[in-house]
Amino acid sequence: MKKIMLGNEAVARGLYEAGVRFVSSYPGTPSTEISEFAAKYDEVYAEWAPNEKVALEAAIGASFGGGRAFSAMKHVGLNVAADPLFITAYTGVGGGLVIGVADDPGMHSSQNEQDSRHYAIGAKLPMIEPANSAECKEFTKLAYTLSEQFDTPFILRLTTRVSHSGSAVNLEERQEHPIKEYVKDPAKHVMMPGNAKRRHPVVEQRLAELADYAYTSPLNRVEMGSTAVGVITAGNCYNYAKEVYGAGASYLKLGLIHPLSEKQIREFAASVDSVVVIEELDGVIESFCRSLGIQVTGKDVLPLCGEYSQELLREKLLGEEPCTVSVADEIPVRPPVLCPGCPHRGVFYTLKKMGLMVSGDIGCYTLGAVAPLGAMDTTLCMGASISALHGFNKVQGAEAKSVAVIGDSTFMHSGMTGLVNIIYNGGASTVVILDNRITGMTGHQQNPLTGLTLKNQPAPYICLEDICAGLGVDRAHIRVVDPAKLSELEKVLKEELAAEVPSVVICRRPCALLKGVEKKPALRVDREKCRGCKSCMKIGCPCISMEAGEDGIKAKVDETMCVGCGLCEEMCPFDAFTSTGA
Amino acid sequence: MITKNIMIVGVGGQGSLLASRILGAAATAGGYEVKISEVHGMSQRGGSVVTYVRYGKEVSSPVICQGEADVILSFELLEAARWLPFLRPGGTLITATQEINPMPVIIGAAEYPAGLAKKIDELGVNIIAEDAAAIAQSAGNGKAANVALIGLGAHVLGFDTAVLRGAVEECVPAKAKEINLRAFDMAASHQRAQ
Repeated sequence: MKKIMLGNEAVARGLYEAGVRFVSSYPGTPSTEISEFAAKYDEVYAEWAPNEKVALEAAIGASFGGGRAFSAMKHVGLNVAADPLFITAYTGVGGGLVIGVADDPGMHSSQNEQDSRHYAIGAKLPMIEPANSAECKEFTKLAYTLSEQFDTPFILRLTTRVSHSGSAVNLEERQEHPIKEYVKDPAKHVMMPGNAKRRHPVVEQRLAELADYAYTSPLNRVEMGSTAVGVITAGNCYNYAKEVYGAGASYLKLGLIHPLSEKQIREFAASVDSVVVIEELDGVIESFCRSLGIQVTGKDVLPLCGEYSQELLREKLLGEEPCTVSVADEIPVRPPVLCPGCPHRGVFYTLKKMGLMVSGDIGCYTLGAVAPLGAMDTTLCMGASISALHGFNKVQGAEAKSVAVIGDSTFMHSGMTGLVNIIYNGGASTVVILDNRITGMTGHQQNPLTGLTLKNQPAPYICLEDICAGLGVDRAHIRVVDPAKLSELEKVLKEELAAEVPSVVICRRPCALLKGVEKKPALRVDREKCRGCKSCMKIGCPCISMEAGEDGIKAKVDETMCVGCGLCEEMCPFDAFTSTGA
Repeated sequence: MITKNIMIVGVGGQGSLLASRILGAAATAGGYEVKISEVHGMSQRGGSVVTYVRYGKEVSSPVICQGEADVILSFELLEAARWLPFLRPGGTLITATQEINPMPVIIGAAEYPAGLAKKIDELGVNIIAEDAAAIAQSAGNGKAANVALIGLGAHVLGFDTAVLRGAVEECVPAKAKEINLRAFDMAASHQRAQ
């Protein structure tokens, strides 16, 4: 039976069919749906971990325990999980272990566009890369066989276009793999110098064997067409190349992208007149070819930045321009915005109004940096808001004029350690936790604070206030406010900024998009009361715009979008907003 | 058959994912190879979003580039204008006449260009501009505008209308089936009457 599946869904299907027992991940676009789809199979245990390091360590433990295991993350998540990644290369596996990492060329939803292939090289681990959904499933399954055969974790590299593109997948039965008997083996599993020194040569030997395997692997294939041009490529770039050259080129399509087979590449290069290496982001395959003394066209004409396409290849390699029509007007950009009714909006309005330095973090609320809110000063990576603020304040002494802003899921991911650092080292910074009861940006995933698991089962209640108190914040300075009440929020912030001790302000209100969150009737503007002062425009609500009429320029609410949160009502000095409800 | 390229463009949250799945189901029912490319994550928060659907005997790339789209289905006028360069010469643009101000317009940093449908028409583009939300509203729910848009394009999407209708039936949630099928029928017959 064939079914159209997203690449991520097809990876999950591969996990199911390969008899995987254990999945632990942290959500991150574009990798999130792998674990969500895996969780739908009753035979697969699947969980959200608080962060990628915990997730990968849990998967390594499951592998030691003899079950086939998996962990998925986005590219920057692998930075967090890099510590266990490098060490598990030395320990090898019990049950097969595959680590899924999804890169985001073009940064559709990311803070950088790093190339995860460097991790495979650095950690000396094999890495595979599928080009479509059918390969997502097949490669995943094969990776488990190879992981156990070569006693190594495999990295499955995806990119946004493979993860989020749908194409046909052939569905097959699940193959059960009984849990292997656990045998204590400290020489292999306890990585301290004496043991690790004996494991390192094993890793090098294994890499050489994998390079030999690459030559005959079904993961790599040669397609001979015209020998005028030979394309060496992998992943979705293969699809773009086929679109552009068709039968007018020959292809070495790599599925095992680390280690590479010197023999295979030399033979292919010798069979064609010229070689073009097509790879998004860094010139990894290209560097390997050049190290062999093979002349190639690559990053000399193709970009290091952004996503590729057939259009880009046609322009850069063939000098062809597309035939287009367009209107003469300038088309305004449409950046993402905080949703109507978003509980974060009032917080950022208040922080900006108070003129605070805002140390930001990763989530929907990063959009608080965008005009007209424009409230955020810095955003680095998960958890950095709190730790960076501490350093900033030690240098600037700006404790009374600065806050860290972090989401509930991000705080559990890596905010807690930053807060400990503030307590331990005598800081007095103020941390604002935006507790919207869900992991929002990635599309509503559960987290340790929501009371539900990835499988939608009830989870024990973990109290955010108790965590902060347990870490050492004085309970008198752990304040909970409803961010819809702007004056109370401002009052609490002023008090805690003035306090010469660490404080936490929890802004608690569920995400406006969550099921079960009450939507009130839309508001409308009484044009007689509205004086066109634009006070309501300061909150950056996508529902409000200014409209010219015979009576002047007045505010207008898009009633189809408005969820009646009432923030504009709070802003208006003339009571011009009224409910459309009874 | 040459690959057919359909783009669905709009504002995050307007229902383009469902529209692409309907087209994917119709192409699968027709025995074609299909590739669909979606946008998840940050852009879904009210940003400009685009979904690609390609079908034919053999499809390589999952994306559609400038000058390649046979049909663009647009949920919003500004987005129709933004993605217009992706239409191939002789292609058809089907757009809802809805206008949603982007943040730069809301805060007064940019202007929403006036008369976009007319300007696109004057470029010699095959354009069908209709109030898809109103059609959906009269079918019972304005949220079925995505299906109404597909109905408006039924004659140029390359499928038998019955196949397309079957795909709508297959893909929409059971409780919304009746309204969506009505929106599809009304839009398709509205288009035939033009």
